Amino acid sequence: MITINAIADIFPVLMKGVEITVTVLLASIVLGYLMAFIAGFCRLSNNILLRKFTGFYVEVFRGTSLIVQLFWLYYAFPILFGIEVGSNFWAGVLAISLNYGAYMSEIVRSSILAVAKGQSEASTALNMSRFQRMRLVIFPQAVRMMLPEFGNYLILMLKSTSLVSLIGMTDILYYGDILRSSNLSQAPTVYFLVLLFYFILALPLIWLTKKMESASKKGVASQ
Amino acid sequence: MSNWSWSTFSDAFPVVLEGLGITLGLTIACYLFALIFGFIWTLIRRMPIKVIRLPLLWVMEFIRSTPPLVQLFFIFYAWPMVPVVGMALDPFVSAVIGLGIHYSTYIGEVYRSGIDAVDNGQWEAARALNYGTSKKWTKIILPQALPPTIPMLGNYLIIMFKEVPLASTIGVLGILAMANDYGAQHWRYLEPLTIVAILFLVLSYPSAILINKLERKMNKRFDKKEPTGSKAV
Repeated sequence: MITINAIADIFPVLMKGVEITVTVLLASIVLGYLMAFIAGFCRLSNNILLRKFTGFYVEVFRGTSLIVQLFWLYYAFPILFGIEVGSNFWAGVLAISLNYGAYMSEIVRSSILAVAKGQSEASTALNMSRFQRMRLVIFPQAVRMMLPEFGNYLILMLKSTSLVSLIGMTDILYYGDILRSSNLSQAPTVYFLVLLFYFILALPLIWLTKKMESASKKGVASQ
Repeated sequence: MSNWSWSTFSDAFPVVLEGLGITLGLTIACYLFALIFGFIWTLIRRMPIKVIRLPLLWVMEFIRSTPPLVQLFFIFYAWPMVPVVGMALDPFVSAVIGLGIHYSTYIGEVYRSGIDAVDNGQWEAARALNYGTSKKWTKIILPQALPPTIPMLGNYLIIMFKEVPLASTIGVLGILAMANDYGAQHWRYLEPLTIVAILFLVLSYPSAILINKLERKMNKRFDKKEPTGSKAV
């Protein structure tokens, strides 16, 4: 049964994992968005080789599941190339950011393509260079369209950080599993608290998603 | 690349392939569960009584924004310990319930977007024809609301397929679990895990192309430019 005593025992143990979960999340968010923009732009590049290569990356990471990519990066990649990824931290962050970077690159690409053609024609008429066109005219309009979807991916990334416990990182779920294995009758309280921890971490992200959605609607005529 | 061994590859391939039936079966079972359970969330959303609706919508938000992996562990390890209602479930059933409930919250939103897209005039027409609630839904609203959501629902089938290997963590012997077992026995993880990745790619990529085609066809038929439903992973 859930008692105050049990919660008082479990709470501080789970707290120890919050730091790792948040660190993995923040690193994945930064790298994931970076990857999304790099891959998104590469897919629109004039260089066919670059385009095909990025397309291959996106399809591979979207076509397989995250947990498989995580295990592959952690167990298989170092054997195949004889390179260590660094640590389980980097294996986790790389898997999450490469996976979601691939999904989000599609958003970047489609948003840029969705900017009305007249905009780029107008900037050509104003004698802007290709780079200026993108930086000053197309990109600012495309970012607005990316925001709502980008918000959804924040929560998806938070949820996926729980996978790093499977490669031995000491995140919230890891401590939850330790507590459960030491006292099985506590399991309901432990896992409920773990879920609650993730939910509390998700609340600011949900709020941010709503903000991003309203920011993207601001000042635009509704269709 | 010198560590790659084709003999291990061909040795591990049949072992991993043994798990494919379970993986596909679990995908279908979870998906059907989510399709049916999704209706419950849609019903809850339309409930007129606020004191019942709001708490349940919070439950939905809770399920949506917490990791499915933890939910799986909750159902598998913690559910048997819950007093009164708790009972031990085998890994496969736990996975169906855990992943099924998690994705039903997404599927419910797809249904909702389909229903919201039905034109106001259709609801008014149902009233003008003096249709009862069940006749209104079965004859007018649902036949128009559901078909446009088919491509989106198809997308979720592929998403489900890619989430199912999570069940290997509670001992469902799908392809990922088989590969991990092989790796632990022979201390060779490279080839079996690569086989798993290839299998996923080979199965999900053509399905994704198929869904895309279906989506384009549907959009043409329903004369729409934007696909229905919010996109998610």
